[in-house]
Amino acid sequence: MTSTSDVVGPPAPPGAMEWIRKNLFSNWYNSLLTILGATVVYFTLINIITWVFKTADWRPVTVAPLLYLIGQYPREELWRAGISLLMVTFLVGMSWGVWKRYVKAFAIFMGILLGILAVFPLETTTITLPIRVFMLVNPFLIYLGYRIGRLQSVHGRHVAMLWLIALLLIPLVILPGFENSSLLPKVPTTVWGGLLITLLLSVGGIVLSFPIGVLLALGRRSSLPVVKLFSIFFIEVVRGVPLVTILFMFSIILALFLPSESRIDRVIRALMGTVVFSAAYTAENVRGGLQAIPPGQVEAAKAMGLKNFHITLLIVLPQALRLVIPTIVGQFISLFKDTTLVYIVGINDLLGIGNAVLNLNPEFVRLQMEVYLFIAVIFWVFSYFMSYASLQLEKALGVGER
Amino acid sequence: MVTDKYFHKKTPIWRDERVLKAAAQIISSLVVFGILYWAIGNFLEITQQRGMPLSYGFLDEAAGFPIKESFIPYESTMSFGRAVLVGLINTLVVSVLGILFATLLGFLIGLMRLSSNWLISRIALAYIEFHRNIPLLVLLFLWYFGVFTRLPDVKESITLPGPTYINQRGFYLTWPHLSERGALFAASIAAGIILAIITWVVLRRIREDKGRETYFGRVSFMVLILVPLIGWFASGGEPLRFDVPVLQGFNFQGGMRLTTEFAALLIGLAMYTAAFIAEVFRAGILAVQKGQIEAASAVGLRYSQVLMLIIIPQAMRVIIPPMISQYLNLTKNSSLALAIGYQELFAIGKVTINQAGRAVPVFILIMATYLAISLLTSIILNIYNKRVQFIER
Repeated sequence: MTSTSDVVGPPAPPGAMEWIRKNLFSNWYNSLLTILGATVVYFTLINIITWVFKTADWRPVTVAPLLYLIGQYPREELWRAGISLLMVTFLVGMSWGVWKRYVKAFAIFMGILLGILAVFPLETTTITLPIRVFMLVNPFLIYLGYRIGRLQSVHGRHVAMLWLIALLLIPLVILPGFENSSLLPKVPTTVWGGLLITLLLSVGGIVLSFPIGVLLALGRRSSLPVVKLFSIFFIEVVRGVPLVTILFMFSIILALFLPSESRIDRVIRALMGTVVFSAAYTAENVRGGLQAIPPGQVEAAKAMGLKNFHITLLIVLPQALRLVIPTIVGQFISLFKDTTLVYIVGINDLLGIGNAVLNLNPEFVRLQMEVYLFIAVIFWVFSYFMSYASLQLEKALGVGER
Repeated sequence: MVTDKYFHKKTPIWRDERVLKAAAQIISSLVVFGILYWAIGNFLEITQQRGMPLSYGFLDEAAGFPIKESFIPYESTMSFGRAVLVGLINTLVVSVLGILFATLLGFLIGLMRLSSNWLISRIALAYIEFHRNIPLLVLLFLWYFGVFTRLPDVKESITLPGPTYINQRGFYLTWPHLSERGALFAASIAAGIILAIITWVVLRRIREDKGRETYFGRVSFMVLILVPLIGWFASGGEPLRFDVPVLQGFNFQGGMRLTTEFAALLIGLAMYTAAFIAEVFRAGILAVQKGQIEAASAVGLRYSQVLMLIIIPQAMRVIIPPMISQYLNLTKNSSLALAIGYQELFAIGKVTINQAGRAVPVFILIMATYLAISLLTSIILNIYNKRVQFIER
């Protein structure tokens, strides 16, 4: 029995048949469920495939792919959107090089997505060869950025600074342009649309709401009763009402509370609504991070003679914010999806463009399923891979392990 | 003495913490109230110019717009207040039904996700990933425009047993009404529920005090069934009158009509929220330590007992807090109905603003109503939550 020949290594990995028996047909009701499930899946897939390739009429999507990306942004000014994209992809590449695993999944996803878009077989005249070549440049630019980011002399703070410049430059200078400028003529926000608006509102919303949210979270934990009261009131009111009402407030009601001669741009008003909404949720997320900091940290800092202000800024916040990064990414994903609501207040985001396309041609009126499914797929791909990337980020940060 | 010098030296004002704190509070209140004062000043100026005072008197005026779907009697000659009430009831109906369906479906999907059967678990995963990564508004559009507006014509209605007819104009259900002696039956249902609860509480207490089995679950269930049954016979066996929809000319008459907007909103909301609830359930069940289940089996409990007595009570602690926020999300998300034309609180509020021309009062009313719903729901559920949480030692 105990001869050495009996001592064997770990059991060989189970074969395919073994796996099927164990995971699909372990007992009679499991077998029944498997057969039932397989039948449902089979017929669903067959139906979907025949619908997508035979029944569906994809003309509303293929007739104007650029509409979904940038809306009515003047085509002769297209290069400005292009430059913005180039800046972003390059910076994503650099961030990958500098912060490695934290952004790796996101950078690779972006490169693959743009690469697929560049070679996607679309029978349309609006996507010309130069546009395709331009799209194809982006994945290489990401790689170039990655190589540069890996150089010894490039530091995180350089990349952060470049990001700040790009995030200010793109929405404030490159895309809107100036009055009476020949190089960058003014493009009013009324013609901006599609994915551009969706990304602008969600990225702008999360970035701008972040400092406000941090302040509100600190305010809610403050020892000053007045500040605490204001913070709680703001957070709870915003969280207690639907996003639609907040967007509506900023798009219609706000004008009644400002001097009658002042006018705020429509997109800016929608952005304000998004920021206010997002700030309340950021505040609650950051508060969670603040609560997770052991009191010993503050006590130790106090013992060393640091002032309250310095304790918050140098001890508590850096640790708390690191903890909440994954939550904030999750919040960004839901904000990305929630920006579709700006369609209700009349902004041409992806959904608004979809509806505009449906009214473009009387033949398209009955093709809602195709258009909305296309939009759903765009959102799905973005959200799914962002949550995947955030999972990788979480692993890299080791949240919950330290 | 050296120390005296330090002890008696007064802290300068700009470094005295009490002064700084007071100053911070005064400054922040001044800023907040200053902005409010400025904004309200602007507002009063504008309202004076346009002549629309900030009062709720208009709520008694005639609304003058029709509402497609109402669960209480409503005519367009009735007041704005009535219209807003109709909207509120529509919101509550869709939210309560949505919560009910979402919970049931979410529980089912969550169980499927936990199944040891690979295929079933993957189907549940596909369902969850599909719904979690698509905006609710897009899903609602898919349901409404993609499915419900493509239903067949009135003449070619889909007929389901009941009879229930489904067509472009909505769902026509056979609907029970109380007959003349039906009040007795209705009363017996109420009595059955109350008696069943009393039996449950009393028998359960007896078991806990005396330690002998009282079968409180089975007995109170029997009470719940038997008392209404007696009421059924007491009312002559026909307490309900069924209102059957009948095709007359170009439309169905009678029965209960649910609009396609309502159905699309309800299905979209429930299926969307179910995906999140499924994950909540799964996390809750997985949070129960394996040792608990093994210990329970070791002392000889059956699997159903392990589930009912060990797993579910412990999982509930983890499940309830995120569940509260899912329920609140569903209620708030019902405001998206505006986009597909179901007239709930927000949609009717918007029409009221256009009709009455009083944006701000109506808007405050709507915000306050949503806040009240949110607060009430979270208060009730938090009380329940307190009861099921462990008392930490």
